Amino acid sequence: MNEVDLQPEDPRRKVLHPEVIGERFEGARREDGTPLVHAEGTSKPIRAKAPREPQPRGARERGNRPVDQAEAAERFIAATEHEKAHDERVWDMRQRRDRAAHALPEWEEMRTLASRIKEHALAHLDQYLEQFEAAARSNGVTVHWAADAAEHNRIVHSILDSHGAKTLIKSKSMLTDECGFRAYMKGVGIEIIETDLGERIQQLDGEEPSHVIGPAIHKTRGDVADLFARTLGSDPDDDDVHHLATVQRETTRPLILNAGAGITGCNFAIAETGTVVVCTNEGNADLSANTPPLHIASIGIEKIIPRLTDLGVFLRLLARNAIGTSMTQYTSHFRGPRAGAEMHFVIVDNGRSERLGLEEFWTSLKCIRCGACMNTCPVYRRSGGLSYGATYSGPIGLILDPTLNRRKYSSLPFSSTLNGSCTNVCPVKINIHEQIFAWRKVMAEEHRLPVLNMEMMKALGEVLAHPKLYRAAVGAADEMLKTLPHFVVDNPLNTWTNKGRTMPAVPQHTFHSWWREHRMNRQGQS
Amino acid sequence: MSVREAVLARVRANRPQGQYALPGLPKFALTQPDGLVAAFAAALAGMGGKLIIPTAAEDATEMTRRQLAGTGVVCSAVPEIAGNRDLSQVRQPRDLADVDVAVVRAVLGVAETGSVLFTESELKVNTLAYLAQHLIVLLRREAIVPGIQDAYQHPCFRTAHYAVFHTGPSATADIEGVLIHGAQGVRSLTVVLTG
Repeated sequence: MNEVDLQPEDPRRKVLHPEVIGERFEGARREDGTPLVHAEGTSKPIRAKAPREPQPRGARERGNRPVDQAEAAERFIAATEHEKAHDERVWDMRQRRDRAAHALPEWEEMRTLASRIKEHALAHLDQYLEQFEAAARSNGVTVHWAADAAEHNRIVHSILDSHGAKTLIKSKSMLTDECGFRAYMKGVGIEIIETDLGERIQQLDGEEPSHVIGPAIHKTRGDVADLFARTLGSDPDDDDVHHLATVQRETTRPLILNAGAGITGCNFAIAETGTVVVCTNEGNADLSANTPPLHIASIGIEKIIPRLTDLGVFLRLLARNAIGTSMTQYTSHFRGPRAGAEMHFVIVDNGRSERLGLEEFWTSLKCIRCGACMNTCPVYRRSGGLSYGATYSGPIGLILDPTLNRRKYSSLPFSSTLNGSCTNVCPVKINIHEQIFAWRKVMAEEHRLPVLNMEMMKALGEVLAHPKLYRAAVGAADEMLKTLPHFVVDNPLNTWTNKGRTMPAVPQHTFHSWWREHRMNRQGQS
Repeated sequence: MSVREAVLARVRANRPQGQYALPGLPKFALTQPDGLVAAFAAALAGMGGKLIIPTAAEDATEMTRRQLAGTGVVCSAVPEIAGNRDLSQVRQPRDLADVDVAVVRAVLGVAETGSVLFTESELKVNTLAYLAQHLIVLLRREAIVPGIQDAYQHPCFRTAHYAVFHTGPSATADIEGVLIHGAQGVRSLTVVLTG
């Protein structure tokens, strides 16, 4: 095994932030000693260096008032070690995704197929839900329906109560996060044990997941060492990642063995067979479902796909698009209870049926939660998932969150450069950036613009209403920008530069002056 | 109106307008120039698993038996390997927590991905493949199919209560992207090619 894996000429040296790149891979290797890259593993050895930088926290809780994503993002960017390590890792996933996608000649055809299957399923969702329910019932599964988050939590609670279950082992599920499930269960005295390493880290730290694939991707090894020392009694000075993972495995295993029930989410619900499909890398969904005598699966109504064979399309896209591997380590199909055990499905709406009726936004229900739009987003990469203060972060969050709470998440659609990269990488072809823009229009019409944008819009409205005033203003502004010193331009009132950006170079002419000189004169017109 | 009826009624009322026909599923050709076994081996190795192809002199069963000699608690779900823990005596799924090595036969293998497929019929007790520290999988050479699409043609998906693809061992990289085998499940997965 080589101590130093990265030679200066190694192409993997092409990194964004050399400061956070370690000298050697610490992860699993092939038999010949070469580093392995699968699961969420990075192809570059990330190493946050000592002294430890305190972890930047997410968006401040402001009740129902709009989340201030920009404020949280500024704090994340100020924590340079965290910001760079996050950017490096997330961008690495994007690059791995590209390599996997380019290796399949039929990639674009697959995306179109996946999109069309999902659109068909959503346009016939009532029939497919009924078909799924009937199949599940005939397989011996008890099916429940929940209109909203509160009802989901109550139903799961009552199932647990009827079994006398006091502890619940849980595999990662965005839907349960959306339902505030952990907080609810804490309130009624049921102990939840997250079994995914990243999700367990987040649970112990009292944080929401920051990424759909890597819940603790914003944390450094130092953050985890501190957290485990505080909550699991490990050595705070031992930040060896293998040791940290072992601490979690060994403290969680007894809780898994003794749990009263297990709960999983659902990646795909197959109408034809009544099967729930769950994808994990750790095998924790299989432990959660197979160890206790009771398995509950929480299923969003949009997870329905018509046919078993449709999985051949979606599974070929999901892991490739998420982490650049052809599959996740485990793809589990739960169709019916084990002998002597019970299986319950809770089918949850929680605003999805309303979203289905929004002409501009219903296709966001096609999302398969791969996280690729986050990995490619320049705003997400540099601000971290927790800055969004919502269950869903990144580009997909900007268009899902406002349907869950329009006031609280009214500012989120403005946390985007509208560059369209999210749309380009989406495996089910959701026009994410167009929907972000459409949400901005909705927020403007409902007077929910962030305050600074409002003030600027008012001033802009005045100027735009008067063409001559506009031309004079643009010309004057450009002239001023050429000569003004930086401290005047980069002032805190300039909402462009105070977000860590620099002003673009000033053009030689305004478009209007160029047009007048070249086109109007040439054509001899005034 | 029940919650079920209310949800379905809203879904019906909000149904997107337009024609959205269900597309047929084309069969995509896979490039596997060196054959299914080589493709399977390469894909499995990339996911952290290992393929063993027995030599002509020793058959797969003999080889597996030899490898298992002297390893702690061995629990086998295949008749040809005895092991020292009787699966039929297991009363609860958690009783398998002390198993060092589990031996299971796969329904099929997938060359495209390096996956192996199990149902409750192969596992006998489902937790066997997760609570054990290491997993040995017997796979018949002719049970390797080219791609995931082909795997879903297998009838077991329509009859089994539990079916699962394992693609390499349990893995996590949730801390700084450092890849670790044995997150909550098995620390290694070895496929032995038989017959």
